[in-house]
Amino acid sequence: MSTPITADPGQPPVVPLTDDDAASADVARSQRQILWGRLKRDKVALVSLGLIGVLVLVAILAPLLVQVLGLPSPDFQDGQAVNEGGEPLGPNSINPFGVDQLGRDVASRVIYGARVSLSVALLSTAISVTLGTLVGVLAGYFRGWVDAIVSRLLDVLLAFPILMLGIGLASACSIGSGCLGGLITPGVPVVVIIIAIAGFPFIARIVRGQVLSLREEEFVLAARSIGASHTRIMLRHLVPNLVAPIIVYSTVLVPQNILFEASLSFLGVGVQDPTSSWGQMLGDASKNTDQWWFMLFPGLALLLTVLAFNLLGDGLQDALNPRKRR
Amino acid sequence: MTRLLAPVVRLLARLLAPVAALWDRFARTLPGRVVVRVFGPTVRRLVSPTARYIYRRLVWMVFLLLVVSMLAFLIFYALPSGDPAAQRAGKGADQAQIDRVKHTLFLDRPIYEQYFHYIKQIVLHFDFGFSYDTNADVAHAITSRLPATISLAAGAAVIWLIVGVLIGILSALRPRSFFDRLVMGGALLGISAPVYWLALVALALFSQSYGVIHLIPDTGAYRPLTEDPGAWFTSLIVPWCILALSFAAIYARLMRANLLEVLDQDYLRTAEAKGLSRRRVVVRHGVRSAITPIVTAFGLDLGILLGGAVLTESVFNIPGIGRLSYDAIVASNLPVIQGTVLFAAFFIIAANILVDIVYALIDPRVRLA
Amino acid sequence: MTDPLLDVRDLRVTIPTEDGDVHAVSGVSFAVEPGKVLGVVGESGSGKSVTMLSLMGLMRRAGARVTGEVRFGGTDLVTADDRTLRRLRGDDVAMIFQDPLSSLHPFYRVGSQITEGIRAHRDVSRKQAKERAIELLGLVGIPRPHQRVDDYPHEFSGGMRQRVMIAMALANDPKLLIADEPTTALDVTVQAQILALLQRLQAELGMAVVMITHDLGVVAEIADDIAVMYAGRIVERAPVKTLFRQPRHPYTWGLLRSIPRLDLPRDVDLVPIEGRPPSLIHPTGRCAFQPRCAYAARCCGTEDPALTPVGSDPEHLVRCDMDEEQGTRIWSALAAGESPEQAALAAGVPTTGTAA
Repeated sequence: MSTPITADPGQPPVVPLTDDDAASADVARSQRQILWGRLKRDKVALVSLGLIGVLVLVAILAPLLVQVLGLPSPDFQDGQAVNEGGEPLGPNSINPFGVDQLGRDVASRVIYGARVSLSVALLSTAISVTLGTLVGVLAGYFRGWVDAIVSRLLDVLLAFPILMLGIGLASACSIGSGCLGGLITPGVPVVVIIIAIAGFPFIARIVRGQVLSLREEEFVLAARSIGASHTRIMLRHLVPNLVAPIIVYSTVLVPQNILFEASLSFLGVGVQDPTSSWGQMLGDASKNTDQWWFMLFPGLALLLTVLAFNLLGDGLQDALNPRKRR
Repeated sequence: MTRLLAPVVRLLARLLAPVAALWDRFARTLPGRVVVRVFGPTVRRLVSPTARYIYRRLVWMVFLLLVVSMLAFLIFYALPSGDPAAQRAGKGADQAQIDRVKHTLFLDRPIYEQYFHYIKQIVLHFDFGFSYDTNADVAHAITSRLPATISLAAGAAVIWLIVGVLIGILSALRPRSFFDRLVMGGALLGISAPVYWLALVALALFSQSYGVIHLIPDTGAYRPLTEDPGAWFTSLIVPWCILALSFAAIYARLMRANLLEVLDQDYLRTAEAKGLSRRRVVVRHGVRSAITPIVTAFGLDLGILLGGAVLTESVFNIPGIGRLSYDAIVASNLPVIQGTVLFAAFFIIAANILVDIVYALIDPRVRLA
Repeated sequence: MTDPLLDVRDLRVTIPTEDGDVHAVSGVSFAVEPGKVLGVVGESGSGKSVTMLSLMGLMRRAGARVTGEVRFGGTDLVTADDRTLRRLRGDDVAMIFQDPLSSLHPFYRVGSQITEGIRAHRDVSRKQAKERAIELLGLVGIPRPHQRVDDYPHEFSGGMRQRVMIAMALANDPKLLIADEPTTALDVTVQAQILALLQRLQAELGMAVVMITHDLGVVAEIADDIAVMYAGRIVERAPVKTLFRQPRHPYTWGLLRSIPRLDLPRDVDLVPIEGRPPSLIHPTGRCAFQPRCAYAARCCGTEDPALTPVGSDPEHLVRCDMDEEQGTRIWSALAAGESPEQAALAAGVPTTGTAA
């Protein structure tokens, strides 16, 4: 991955109160409410949140949108959409973003691409976060041999050239009937699993570090002293305190996962034709350099999406740690 | 790891106890004293906590490499995409030929035997096997591709380190100024754009054959430095810049955030109270502290890139390790996959160890132990 | 009266923040004569540190607006350019800070941190500077200075670190040493050692010292004069004996009553000052202590009182509307260990009740 998580894993998990929060701190407010309150004041973050909302809507309503805009369906191969030389047509009145090698409408493929991009990124992030939190909490809470084993495993995973693993898994599993005896089937699920595996060690490490310090906090000691079970301490006392940082690291992970999916698809081992994905369209573009519209529109869509998530991530980090305001 | 290795260490200590006792007795004799006098300092250096830390990390590295190779072996062996033997035997080979190839390649043995054979060959002969499709020695294939990857990674690293750190410093010195907002906005774009898309855009604009302005050589123009330094340089300028861009963006953001935090530290106020010049305060006291996390990130990023910059190498068609491994994976060329994966893992782990050592050199508070 | 070394007149410091301008210092005047010790006392946020930092131009970077006049050896530090200030800093005026660990650079040996300050102002060789550093470390009572000079800050204990800070400050024989809460971050026993060290060095080297603290007890021994600050103003200024014997400002009373005393029975409770410091963003234009003052009901006017001499003593200044006789009576009751209500009753001043 070319963009490592640069967020500082040593950050304290609690949301520090500033003076302006203290003013309204008489009314007990949860961390999440404080975070949201600060985020609401950050215009850039709000705009990016709005943009993400729009993108999600585009993804969900893709068929409707394509219809409303009067675009050809993404799989329709228009044999007529070629110029005199038999080359695919650039932007024109019917195809605002031009058509691809097979005569399919680039605009509607870009719109449908949002579905793949967002669903893969969100799903894989969700898996990474769930798995990472589970593993991180267990390792940080029980320490001892659990921690030793988990930490070593994470070391191995982090030492593994993850893009190669991704390419390997994807290239094998995306062809034919899947791999590991059909356990992993071709298409989007493979990509989701690969990306989730790649991302989860980061989350696990961060969560582990935070749990290690949280478990020494007095409220945890108190809970233990009144005989609360391990499960209860972890679920009721540790996890709620991890919510805010986990949200932030998730927003850091989502844009990376979008880029990861695009990279796999770009290399031709991710999401396969005919399902349209921005990375795959860019892969096509790299082989057809005469048609600038092949790469411009999916690239812009990708840039915009990743940018929106990165902006939101920045805003959330500021909200979590207002003293480190950018 | 200490926990897991502790029993092993205890056992070793017990086994070595008689040896140690003998050594003690010898050290009290006259020749023994001479030996201790002469070699004592060397021995002490060799068993210093730092040295022991490094040994431990090296042992850990070998172990990690074994696990990675095992994992890679399992993953790529278990994945059914084409029969390697058939591929190796070439087109039109009959079943008997394929079986013969299978036998010579150990492919008819159980997987653990294959793995042990593989490791044995590496350890005893530094033999990573032969490529299925070109029949080339894998170790040689990798080392012959290494210069291209090193050229790409090193050149880009120089650019991104200088540009990223400088921009980060300038931004932190004038937070929220026009310059700061401009370059930080740019940096955000930089980390949001995939490297291959930037490459495609650059090529579409400036490529010699199809760009808007005919400025830069086409993809695949790479020549080794030793063959044609001029072509080497011109063919790599654009890949360097494109690859450096996203890293420079990350580093600028990191540097800015670090320096802003350091500028707020009490010890910077002390430096100012001493009457030092502004430049000395910022550079010697501020940047010095703020740059340490950058050094870590730099080592790790470089380590990852040296294992193959798959995306950049493919989009610019540079014959480096990234392309080699990508082609191998797509073609199920097992020995090459194994070789490149091990190779990349080696760089990642080595970079980790190096970074830890360098960090201890930079920050006197850190002790390697 | 000799010419003052440092003469501050009507210093005002405003710091712009997102929530509005913070009037951190609003009209502070004081003077320090050569070789004298001034204690500046007040709770956190009273503007004492900001006052001293802005004297040395160290608030400029934070975008603070500084007005007024600060005379130091013929220069006005408020209008002086950065170059002039830089030449003064660490040379004629030195500073030590609260937390010695975070105030020392973690990456450099203490020796090089000291010599750096010397070589910034004196044209001496590296070797000479190092010898001076060793001499200084010995002077501040660090054992084996020849070896310790090559150690890093984290290899020193808290008290030793503060000694290093002091050595660093003394490097160029300053005429004025500003000590910003030099003992607050230290253990109690170490505090006493550092104070004794400062007292000894001050006497030996004859430099003037401004000692900032929130603890009157700290400056009782060492200071010649004391200025009590509240909400960015000096509310009372007096020679140390006068201040302890006849304090006149209710805030000073509060401070005095919140330190343990040996001359009162042990069962007399320490009395905290009720309430919180006021916002410095929106000044009320009245006495800033009024909302927390137990005696405000009768005597306070609607205007912010000026800093005026008490009776005929030109050295004792106070910023309070209460008349002298009442003040004396309340303090004598308070000093006897009575509560503010009892004291006010005895003096015939109705308490406000809100602050009690």
